[in-house]
Amino acid sequence: MQSVIKQEILALNGDEAVALAVKQSDVDVVAAYPITPQTIMVERFSEYVANGEVETEFVCTESEHSALTACLTASVTGARAFTASASAGLALMHEILFVTSGCRAPVVMAIANRALSAPLNIHCDHSDTMAQRDSGWIQIYVENAQEAYDSVIQAFKIAENPKVLLPVIVGLDGFTLSHTLENVKVLPDNIVRKFIGTRQLPFVMTHEGKRALFKLDPENSMSMGPIALQNYYFEFKRQQEEAMKNALEVIPQVNEEYAQISGRHYGDGLLEPYHLEDAEIATVCLGSTAGTVKTVVDELRSEGVKAGLLRLRTFRPLPVEGIIRYLQKVKAVGIMDRSMSFGGHGGPAFHEIRHTLYDIQNRPYIVNYIYGLGGRDTSPSQIHRIYENLQKIVRTDHVEHLINYVGLRE
Amino acid sequence: MTSQEKNWKEISPAGVCWKSSIQFLTGDWKTYTPVRDLEKCTRCLLCVLFCPDGAIHWKPEKGDIEFDLNFCKGCGICANECPVNAIEMRLE
Repeated sequence: MQSVIKQEILALNGDEAVALAVKQSDVDVVAAYPITPQTIMVERFSEYVANGEVETEFVCTESEHSALTACLTASVTGARAFTASASAGLALMHEILFVTSGCRAPVVMAIANRALSAPLNIHCDHSDTMAQRDSGWIQIYVENAQEAYDSVIQAFKIAENPKVLLPVIVGLDGFTLSHTLENVKVLPDNIVRKFIGTRQLPFVMTHEGKRALFKLDPENSMSMGPIALQNYYFEFKRQQEEAMKNALEVIPQVNEEYAQISGRHYGDGLLEPYHLEDAEIATVCLGSTAGTVKTVVDELRSEGVKAGLLRLRTFRPLPVEGIIRYLQKVKAVGIMDRSMSFGGHGGPAFHEIRHTLYDIQNRPYIVNYIYGLGGRDTSPSQIHRIYENLQKIVRTDHVEHLINYVGLRE
Repeated sequence: MTSQEKNWKEISPAGVCWKSSIQFLTGDWKTYTPVRDLEKCTRCLLCVLFCPDGAIHWKPEKGDIEFDLNFCKGCGICANECPVNAIEMRLE
């Protein structure tokens, strides 16, 4: 058991916290293209490069598609690579997201979550990352700038674990976190380096039947991902699913190891329960909104209302067992979605959590609250109304509206 | 698919090639085969340079070229580039 390291407190916004975490993580290649509200991350990082504070190869690309391609290709040579984006930038990466996960390249990417056009909007919602749900990337949503800093450091260790070898997105709410100054506790450089360590590469079998480290290397030639048709493609996809399952074990381990040096942990790394032990009504949410919801839960608790919150920190892989464990005794659950799945039956978090709870005995009422699209402010009073609505459902044994829009003019 | 094909737990990740391209004969894709007129051919070796598949080899011991039909896809670039029209593409 290590003791908690003494840490400096800096005033950083979420983007700056990410840039600092990347600086300390001994990253070999950073390739990026600017987009609001991510820009500060790469600006700060380019300053580190210009000042000679890092040895990172910094690649300015002409598009996000190229930025991720540069990171992917660096990563498959065994390098540690990072990029950052948001909204339309992430959308432009769509094709390469699948190539990256398919090549099992542990690239880490920070996303300052932002709405997608049209109409153009630079503010926060989760439409950008939710649209990439099935791209094979691990997705972690953070609550504050401190967690953004901590999660980027953790992300490298999770991604590069040989049992995982998957790229990771760390999502922080655009402007709400990316541009808001907070006190952030930062670890010393050498502690972060030691925590992540150097990249461990597994051995694989090459086409010549040779055992070689899993990287592109002229000394031990191999090709990655060139073609697999009807005969092998399916098997490679099944491997990616297994890697996601392994991540469900690795993320809590990394969360715990990090807690030992930093004194900070985020639930079990997958889910963060808040007053759920005896809760009768609860909400589930992702990202910075959890901070506001916690305040409301505290107020309700002081009034004797058995309210709770489950913060979904890791959306991919979906922590199915934990969701069931925490929510099985709750009577009514409100799933808060900050994105829409047009023509679907509610938002993406609603789909998944309702589906997860389908098989349990005496499952709770599960309703959907879509909120905060395009950065619309979500106030404590709106969250109070969500809990009032959940109380009414329990009291009347009746769901009036399964899918609700919070803060929408109707 | 044959029973010798490996299952998902046995293969290397990320589509690392499990077989060399030397073992994957692409020559059976072709519908046209290059046939060379040995009288006309001047051994200028332009066809060797132009072949996109590297399927025409210069054999110094013979002082001549050789088509590797295991890898020739029958594209006809050699015939097109030949300055003395010594290569004819013949339907298989």
